[in-house]
Amino acid sequence: MNQADFYSLLPIIVLTTWSALLLIVDLFIDDKKKGITAVLAAAGLALTMGLTLSQTGQTVIGFNGMVILDGFSTFVNTLLLFSGLMAISVAYGYIKRRGIERGEYYSLILFSIVGMMLMAQARDLIVVFIALEMLSIPLYVLAAIDNSNAKSEEAGIKYFLLGAFSGGFVVYGVALVFGATGSTAFAEIAASIATGNAETLLVLAGAALILVGFGFKVGAVPFQMWTPDVYEGAPTSVTAFMAAGAKIAGFSALMRVFATAFPDIAVDIAPVLAVIAALTMIVGNVAAIAQKNIKRMLAYSSIAHAGYILMAFAAFANPALRDDAISAGIFYLVAYAITSFGTWAIVISLEKEDGKGLAIEDYAGLGRTKPLMAAAMTIFMLSLTGIPPTLGLIGKLYLFRVVVEAQFMWLALIGILTSLISAYYYLRVIVIMYMKEGEPETVSESWLTFTWGAMAVLTVVLSLIPASLFAWASGALMK
Amino acid sequence: MGSQTPWVYVGIFVLVGLFIPIAAIAIATFLGPKKPNAIKQSTYECGIETVGDSWIQFKAQYYIFALVFLIFDVETVFLFPWAVSLNSLGIFAVFEGIIFILILLAGLIYAWKKGMLEWA
Amino acid sequence: MTVFIILALVAIITALGMLISRNAVYSALFLVLNFATVAVFYLLLGAPFIAITQVTVYAGAIMVLFLFVIMLLGTDELEDTDNLTWQRPLAIGLAVVLVVEGIYLMLSQNTLGFITTPSEDLGSPQAIGDMLFSKYLLPFEATSILLLVAMVGAIVLTVKNKKGEQS
Repeated sequence: MNQADFYSLLPIIVLTTWSALLLIVDLFIDDKKKGITAVLAAAGLALTMGLTLSQTGQTVIGFNGMVILDGFSTFVNTLLLFSGLMAISVAYGYIKRRGIERGEYYSLILFSIVGMMLMAQARDLIVVFIALEMLSIPLYVLAAIDNSNAKSEEAGIKYFLLGAFSGGFVVYGVALVFGATGSTAFAEIAASIATGNAETLLVLAGAALILVGFGFKVGAVPFQMWTPDVYEGAPTSVTAFMAAGAKIAGFSALMRVFATAFPDIAVDIAPVLAVIAALTMIVGNVAAIAQKNIKRMLAYSSIAHAGYILMAFAAFANPALRDDAISAGIFYLVAYAITSFGTWAIVISLEKEDGKGLAIEDYAGLGRTKPLMAAAMTIFMLSLTGIPPTLGLIGKLYLFRVVVEAQFMWLALIGILTSLISAYYYLRVIVIMYMKEGEPETVSESWLTFTWGAMAVLTVVLSLIPASLFAWASGALMK
Repeated sequence: MGSQTPWVYVGIFVLVGLFIPIAAIAIATFLGPKKPNAIKQSTYECGIETVGDSWIQFKAQYYIFALVFLIFDVETVFLFPWAVSLNSLGIFAVFEGIIFILILLAGLIYAWKKGMLEWA
Repeated sequence: MTVFIILALVAIITALGMLISRNAVYSALFLVLNFATVAVFYLLLGAPFIAITQVTVYAGAIMVLFLFVIMLLGTDELEDTDNLTWQRPLAIGLAVVLVVEGIYLMLSQNTLGFITTPSEDLGSPQAIGDMLFSKYLLPFEATSILLLVAMVGAIVLTVKNKKGEQS
């Protein structure tokens, strides 16, 4: 291990050490003062974010080519750390209120983020797999952390069983790719495919299996079945983290693997991904219409958004468009992360002790009793639909542009049609908030209020000046 | 099969190990006189009649023990090649192995402090 | 070769025995035997380290865990209830397809022959140690964090919440 190795993973090493120490330190913090743990966890994330940002613009390959630090990883890691901070911010009051406050909650979030960051920096399929497990195990546990509640336990076990299964698919895929190309390093896999040394059939089978594994992680059709149940059963603060963090990590790994390890079979894979994207958008948006529970509706909405991001992969077949596709994809991830954290913060504000207050009908009258909160919710719903002036619209515009440039007209058309469908159920929430009479009970916690307030402002303001953010995303290229 | 010759001996040992108890039981069945009666057929355990089913529900604590054991079992598996190749790897590998142990030590401290290793 | 065929038969029979057996403990014991046969496969492939790992971790520790769970749940005999009506024929059908596919591949492509032994000490602990601490250092260290997280996770899930203690 030399200095370059160390430097390439510096933020991750710091965060890992911090998480492990936090785990131990938390043992000595009194049960009534778990807020200290939350603050320490947030401090660790902030410190790591500072380190990550200080590495902007650098490219370092470390650990014998196992990991890479580049623009892409810096961008994605910053986004992941931001998600971690938001996850702690929405969880802080909520887990106390629900009586599930434990120091491990924060340590597990930190460990999960370590896994996600490692995933974004991976340059070898073995690292991808270990990172996948490292980010997933804390999520399984967090989903079931309310272990006196049968629904939470059910969510945990469902997520765990299917997650373990999908992890198996990834390993099997890695084994096949290794068998065909003789290596697990992205660069060597790509070289082996390019020179024609690899058994194409085996590579394709391996790539397909890896795709299945990640398709599960991001909730793409037909591997989306777990999403509504897990999102509904898990404590809402965990769901918020799962929706953003796991998606960002899953998609960044998919982008990295398919752009750097399998560029030469992208032509074969792109149509498959386009079909998956189309199905995911249709299933997610259509199923969301029938939902009465806001958590389930948002679960289907998250499936639909996975479909939109998957559209970016359709453009992978054209090497000239690959960089545009990646920047459009990660830009959309930013938009989705900001909007979704804001939405979840409001959902948490309305959720009551016994899990009531989650029906969409419970939002009736919010426009009158809490005008600011209702306004923020309106912004988020507009953003999820893709109506101006919100970040969601800008994200969709960039995505559709790439898809159209890649000559996938039908896919863009499905994207637009499903967005129209989605308007129905997103706008219904707004209608219920303003048009229906009701007395919604809300919890006002400073951190929750901060989260939805800040996210609402970000959603609008960033949409007015998207160029600088998009420029940063465009600079986030893979080396 | 050149390099695997030592394993053949292991195989022979396994076979012999299986053969002896099987032979002992088989010979006893063939040679022993069989005169069963009610007392002989009863289950013998410390001289007292057994009560209830031998299939009882175990304490959950067993499970946690087994799980913690499993984690450290895997750790040993990783440390074995470390120990074997320390000579050829040099001083750096010593630290790398120690980091590995330290990280898992955090887990041990955690389990200990949580009272998981106590039979409560 | 003969060793392989005998072991392959044992492996298949024990795997089937594990599936068919109605008694969970018998299933677990069949699984032990299956793990042991797989360990010998690894030996035949020239990977003694993995073989021993298979025995200590899988046939040893994980089986103990399985048995504890079986005893913990206390379901010794499984009733003959079968809710999976259409899944079973489907599974058998797909399995047959897979086998036919495998045989076809083996016959059509001569490259997929029977097992060949790789170089002498590829799978020796020494060689694995050398690889683990040079090229694969990062995955190795990451594994320790993975193990730590798994342990913490298991403990978190077994300790009930404060809320749970009250009720």
